[in-house]
Amino acid sequence: MTILLLLMPIAIALGFVGLIAFFWAMRSGQWEDLEGEGHRVLIERDAPLED
Amino acid sequence: MSVAACSGCAAVGAPQSKPLRREPTETRVLRLSVPDLHCAGCIAAVERAVAAVPGVAAARVNLSQKRVTAEVGAGVDEETLIEALAKAGRTAKALNADLLGTEEDATGRSLLAGIAVSGFAMMNVMLLSVSVWSGAEEATREFLHWISAAIALPAVAFSARPFFRAALQAARSWKLNMDVPIAVAIALAAAMSLYETAYGGRHAYFDAALSLTFFLLLGRYLDHRTRAAARSAARELSALESAEAVRLIGEVEERVSVDDLEIGDLIRVAPGMRAPVDGVVETGVADLDRSHLTGETVPKAVATGDAVESGALVLTAPVVLRATAVGADTSLRRMAEMVEAAEAGRAKYASLADQAAKIYAPLVHLLALVAFLGWVWASGDARLSLNIAVAVLIITCPCALGLAAPAVATAAAGSLFRRGVLLKNGAALEKLAEVDTVVFDKTGTLTTGAPRLAEAPGDDALALAAALASQSAHPFAKAVADAARDKRLERPRVENARELPGKGVEAEMDSVAVRFGSAAWIGAEENEGAAVWLRVGDEAPVRFGFAETARDGAADLIAALKARGLAVKLMSGDGPVAVSRLAFEVGIEDAASGLSPADKIERVAALSLASRRVLMVGDGLNDAGALAAAHVSIAPASGLDAARVASDVVLLNDDLRQIDVAMDFAKSARKRIIENFCTAGLYNLVAVPIALAGFATPFIAALAMSASSITVSLNAARLTK
Repeated sequence: MTILLLLMPIAIALGFVGLIAFFWAMRSGQWEDLEGEGHRVLIERDAPLED
Repeated sequence: MSVAACSGCAAVGAPQSKPLRREPTETRVLRLSVPDLHCAGCIAAVERAVAAVPGVAAARVNLSQKRVTAEVGAGVDEETLIEALAKAGRTAKALNADLLGTEEDATGRSLLAGIAVSGFAMMNVMLLSVSVWSGAEEATREFLHWISAAIALPAVAFSARPFFRAALQAARSWKLNMDVPIAVAIALAAAMSLYETAYGGRHAYFDAALSLTFFLLLGRYLDHRTRAAARSAARELSALESAEAVRLIGEVEERVSVDDLEIGDLIRVAPGMRAPVDGVVETGVADLDRSHLTGETVPKAVATGDAVESGALVLTAPVVLRATAVGADTSLRRMAEMVEAAEAGRAKYASLADQAAKIYAPLVHLLALVAFLGWVWASGDARLSLNIAVAVLIITCPCALGLAAPAVATAAAGSLFRRGVLLKNGAALEKLAEVDTVVFDKTGTLTTGAPRLAEAPGDDALALAAALASQSAHPFAKAVADAARDKRLERPRVENARELPGKGVEAEMDSVAVRFGSAAWIGAEENEGAAVWLRVGDEAPVRFGFAETARDGAADLIAALKARGLAVKLMSGDGPVAVSRLAFEVGIEDAASGLSPADKIERVAALSLASRRVLMVGDGLNDAGALAAAHVSIAPASGLDAARVASDVVLLNDDLRQIDVAMDFAKSARKRIIENFCTAGLYNLVAVPIALAGFATPFIAALAMSASSITVSLNAARLTK
């Protein structure tokens, strides 16, 4: 059962990574427009071609 | 929405591209609703069109919310952007930020943070609990419990704050709402589990305390999202008042605040401005647009001695008014007071969830208390009894009940939004399902608000009329100019065109005088209906007749409403001829004309008194009071702010048939909510006896809670189509 001492911190730490990732996503506005970003990929930028 | 459905992009060529960023100056943020947004092409076209307007620093489309946000400098307002989008073939409407949900939504974010934290903690503790359930003993179990406590206690303290706060508020005023059993259950579960852990007990309910918090926060968040900020329509009305007026003292003009005006002051009102106070015309002749105030479509010509109400829009020429009523006595302020009274008189609506909570909350407490006392009496063991009481509280906690209504409202609101119907709160759906009488306004609601040329003598005459009409801002002139443009007619050259307010336009063509205007002025025989006459030199005058355009789907909607067995009424401020013609066109038998705003409120209130559930559909100032007085109300997005604020539902596109769709959704949403309550009740019916008998383990509690919450959410999701 000593393996628990190793596994549990790892499990909780991984959970924390998920939580922090969620907060980061919320703060950087990833949830503002869920449909739009997928469509934006298709927009061609009409910047002039570089030589 | 598929790409193929995007007809807007196929029909309209994208405008010339321009750089999207310019030098920033002092910027404001404007938001417009653009209902027809479907694909990448739409996004690019709308962003380019808005960014190409001088003074716009940046434009960004939000496809999910179907709106565009623009950072603009001074001199750019919503109207400028709407015009630019119209040129690009897009209809856009200015909608206030708080109508669509604010950008900086602090409450929503804190709820979301709570969901994230409790969700994270729930999953970790659940994982640890699985080891306990599968038979960890003695030291291992205690160790696992302590780790659970270390995760659960801070997480509950952080995420469950909204419930504790609301429960405290309710407790202070000696009331029981849904939050009290929630807060008690969460707090007791956490405290009890800590006690059990400290004394090496078998059962700890940390996972239950967390999943309760998680599911209930989810319900709270969904509820929050479907609720727009409540605003007062009466305040919006006051916003229509001009802040400043031009006062004449002798020959000198000075700008003064409207509050400083006194009775007898002379005030100059330029074309395109609204009259700041009530008054009589001292000098000048002009046409007034009063359609938003009274519902009349035909502008009224006024001359010296005629009365003008505050808020009336001066169309054609400057007039000087002598103030007859100022401050709180103007007709606009009196109207705002009436709307305020109607708002205050509207009974607070008890939603299905509120009604359920009223029965449920006391029952739950009673049950837990009975369980505690019963077990103390039977076993004499206070610790065991408290354990059982907590288990009862956790199992009966209105987890699924908290999700039942908001999950349905969210699913329905999302589907309706994609069809162009904006729900301002979840209760609007429930109220819509109860409606038995529908009252319509005419001008701007059943009709588009602008007259349309219905009867024209011929293309040559039309082209000439259009040449004269282009000089005027009168709605009839605009209709003639539009009709000529639609037919692509070449306008003949006219000279010395000038507008005679209240009469019409005169000009010269090849040194022959041409007149286009009212029958009396032209010298034509006046007959029924809205008409303007054209006369070239001494030839016989020719008639241009006008009619109102019924909105898309008006007749279909009314037929559909009648098929549902609803009583349909028309209440208009316009004259009897125009009202009965439109009523016949769309198929309404019960039509009333010439109603003042006060009459409308009175009639709607009378219907409510006769225990009718009234749905009011209106767009103007004159409807705001009736909209506020009705059981539930709908306004088109083209309506005035005051009307949209007073309504529960806003139609984002011009198709009235969506009202019928919304009613369908309302009916099925109501059915789903009731189904959900029954499902949640059924789970309780099975689990409560188990808990009362003392057989409820944390495992059973977790199972019952998750299963009922998931069932309820899945049932709600059936509405997302």
